[in-house]
Order: sequence, then C-alpha cells, then structure tokens
Amino acid sequence: MMIKSFYNQILTDHNLRPGNKHDLPEANYVLRGVNPSCGDDITLRLKVEDGVIEDGAYTGDGCAVSQASADIMLDLIIGRPVEEAEALSGLFLKMVRDKVTGEELERLEEAAALQDISHMPARVKCAVLGWHTLDNILADLKALDK
Amino acid sequence: MTDIAWLREDFPLLVNNPEIAYLDNAATTQKPREVMDAVRDYYELENANPLRGLYDLSVRATEAYEFARQAVRDFIGAASEREIIFTRNASESLNLVAFCLSEAFLKEGDEILITVMEHHSDLLPWQQAARRHGAVLRFIECDSHGLITEENFRSCLTDRTRIVAMTHISNVLGVKNDIRTFAALAHSRGAVFVADGAQSVPHIPVNVQDLGVDFLAFSGHKMLAPMGIGVLYGREAVLEKLPPFLYGGEMIEYVTRESATYAELPHRFEAGTVNVGGAVGLAAAIRYYGKIGFHFIEEREKALSEYAMERLCQVPHLRLLGAEKAEDHHGIFTFTIDGVHPHDIAAILDEEGVDIRAGHHCAQPLMQFLGTPSTVRASLAFYNTEAEIDRLAEALMTVRRRMGYDD
Repeated sequence: MMIKSFYNQILTDHNLRPGNKHDLPEANYVLRGVNPSCGDDITLRLKVEDGVIEDGAYTGDGCAVSQASADIMLDLIIGRPVEEAEALSGLFLKMVRDKVTGEELERLEEAAALQDISHMPARVKCAVLGWHTLDNILADLKALDK
Repeated sequence: MTDIAWLREDFPLLVNNPEIAYLDNAATTQKPREVMDAVRDYYELENANPLRGLYDLSVRATEAYEFARQAVRDFIGAASEREIIFTRNASESLNLVAFCLSEAFLKEGDEILITVMEHHSDLLPWQQAARRHGAVLRFIECDSHGLITEENFRSCLTDRTRIVAMTHISNVLGVKNDIRTFAALAHSRGAVFVADGAQSVPHIPVNVQDLGVDFLAFSGHKMLAPMGIGVLYGREAVLEKLPPFLYGGEMIEYVTRESATYAELPHRFEAGTVNVGGAVGLAAAIRYYGKIGFHFIEEREKALSEYAMERLCQVPHLRLLGAEKAEDHHGIFTFTIDGVHPHDIAAILDEEGVDIRAGHHCAQPLMQFLGTPSTVRASLAFYNTEAEIDRLAEALMTVRRRMGYDD
C-alpha cells in the first residue's frame, strides 16, 4: 500500500537509525531542550574549537519529528563554522514557519524533508526543539567571545 | 450494526465533516442542533442581564436561567435547586469546592485524600489547599487495571481525613470508582466527599442522593452543551457552611463601605453576570439526553466499546491500558504502540481524518504510576459508529510501517 504521508523516508530513517544519537564526552558545550507540553526532551552536545563545530551529538526522548530533526541538524552542522550553523538554523526556522526559496531549500540538504511541518502548526515546536537548543548554545558562545 | 444515521443528522458538525472520525469525546463532545438553536433563541428572544433588571425582558432571562437550574437539579437528582451552582466548567467547580471547603474546615495536620488517577483539575486545587492550610495531601493508589478496592480505600482513611475527592470515571482508563461505597465510608469517619463527574455524568445516569456525595463537579461541554458552562452540586447542609468563592455583583444581600452580607444559595457562589446562554444550552442538552435516553446511550456505548476493544486488540504491537473487560472502559481506550511516539500516532491518524488525543491527558501522576509518559486515547460517544472504529483500527495497522518498521 502506498501512502502519502508527512512521515517520509528521510524522517523515519533518522528517527529509527540516528547517526548522531549518542554521548559525546569530549563536548565542551552541553544544553538540554524540553517541550513541556509534549515531553520532547533532548540534550545537545557540541565540541567547538576555534569557531568551528568539530563534533556534535544528542541524546533524548520524544516524537519522531523532534528526534529526527535533531539528528538531521547535526549531520548538517558538524564541520561547519559557527556562523554558518547559525545561518542554517535561521533558514530552518524560516522554512518551518513560513517559506523559503528553492535555493535556500537546497542549502538545508536533508532538513528540507521537514518542509511540510509548516502546515502542521501543532508540530512546529517538535521540529525546532533541536535547532532552538543549538541557537541557545551559539548565543552563549558569542556572549563568551565578547 | 445499528443504523444510527438518523441520530447523526442531529449533529451538524458530523454532517458537515463526513471525512472526520471524531473519537475525542472525553475531551469534548459535538453539539446537537437543538442545543445551538436554544442558545440562539435565547439571544434572539430573551437576552438581558438576569437577576436584577426590573423590566419584563430581564425577568424572562432570569426565568430561562433558573429553569436551566431546575433541569440540572432533576438530571442529577438533587434535593433542591439551591444545591446547583453554575460555573464555567468542572475545573472551576473543583477549584471552588477545594477553596471553600478548605477555608471552612481544614486545619494544620488535617488530611485530604485523593487518588492517583485524578485529572490535574482534581489534584492541583487540593495541592494548593493543603499548602495554604498546612494540611497533608494523601493518595490512594490503584492497581494496573485502575481498580481501587474497598480494602485499599479503608486503609487510607484516618482520623485526620477531612476531605475525600475522587473521580467517578477516570479520563485515562475509563474505570469507574465505587463512589457510593467510598462516600459512605468517608462519611462514617466524618469526612466530606467530593466527586469529579466530568467523565461519568455524560455517559451514565448519575444521582447525587443515591451516590451519597456531598459535592459533584461536571462540565457542560463534555455532555453536548456549549463550552463555558459547568456545574457544582453541593449538599445544602454543607454548602451553607462555606464562605463565598468569588466576590462581586449578584452575590450580595447588603453592602456598606466596610462590610457585606451575602445572598442566599446558590447565588452566593455566582458572582458577576452569569452565563445564561450557556445554562440554556445545558438545559437543551439535558432535554436531548431525555429524548435519546440513558438506556439507549448505555447500550450503544457498551456495544461500541466491545467492538473497539475487539478491533484494537487485533492491532499488532498495540498495548491497551486499563481493564480487561470492554464494559469497564466506559468508551475510553488508552494505548501505546511499541516504538512509535503517541504524538506521531496522532499525526498519522490525523492524516486519515481520525481525531484522537495524545499526551498525558492532564493526569501526569497516573501516567507516572503506569510507567508511560504519554499515550494515545480514543474516546467514544453514542453517536460514533462501528465504521469510525474500523477507520481507527485500519489507520493504526499502518502506523508502524509508515514509521519505517518492517512489521
């Protein structure tokens, strides 16, 4: 049976077989993000050296959207400078709340699989949990630099 | 299968949304046309500020309001309309009774006894009452099927128990507590008994004198009436001893700069301009219940429950919480599917037009007790059909494959 579903293969793969869901003892930035209303709960760990996200991982529980989104996000940002991660996070939030151009969608790579969440207002908070947690870490990083 | 197309015709939302299988009736029910007509008629023909205007229209609004109160009195078998207080919903009713009872009776070291299966609205007001008065909030546990035995209940009552508050039917497990027995036991120890009827009054005949409760709270919107109208029944002898809850217009007898005396029951507990439209809608809902009859409703919901249980048990990897017998669920079926988060289940069912609830159901202590932070709940009403339950079961069968599992 073919079913057209919001739960596409990219999303379900990252949920069932996450590549970045593990501990990261060498992380120098750790932050927990929680959606109190639905219980999504992730802890994001980043290893940042000289303004570059050298490694990252997450642990947690929650719906497929919250978990897969965090996993996809880490694939996208690991190895990138902090400024690029910040810009991508901005693009992701724009995509799920409003609309992005085709070129912007390409820059988001697999995260584009969550595009249709913009039609599901109740689930936007699940999709952005990892990204908000990332933003909070990056904001702390910048504050420390100053 | 019973043909209930004739009955569904009474519910415009069901007629207007044939693609939706509405199975979230424990959250709120749909409304029959007669209820909406009654509310509109009130506003088109009789609306004025009731209880104080001296002109005919205001008198008619007052009559409509007080007529609704009589309808509620008859519906739940109260001794007098002085015992019927209109509120916004069951939550407000429980806040009222928790605040006023604790002000009147609770002393330091006294105990309030509730159960682990209470909805947050029958938990948080008691937490606050206990905190304000230095009282102890104690919990009766249930077993994994949701059963609270008489023995268990007895063992939790002490000489310091002043208040017992308990749901009649659990909004998560659908299990019915033996309120009549527990209320009698509470009274034998001198405690006041408060029942949360939010999930029982809409589905089974409830008679407050037969149950022997001192208070009963319920919402209109879960029983075919509009949102924003609820009821607190209070036994007159107890109600008379309570201080007011909210202060303001309509609830006074005489006011000076420094002090006031308060109106008679039940107006003492209804400060400000009341929700006449909502009360009129609730009276119309009660008339609709009278027309359909609890005999039909109970038979129909029992048959639907049996069918739902049978279909849900066929879904692989589905774990149903609560009682083993369908009739003990009272139309409420809470479950999980292995490996899939309840919010994802709800989203997939939504794609199929099947409306259910997912989450903690405002009963987090019970979810903690059951060891699952979140579940899916399908809840039935008499207007549901076997075909809607088929749609639920068929959609549930696809959930794991759609989430990337092989089976």
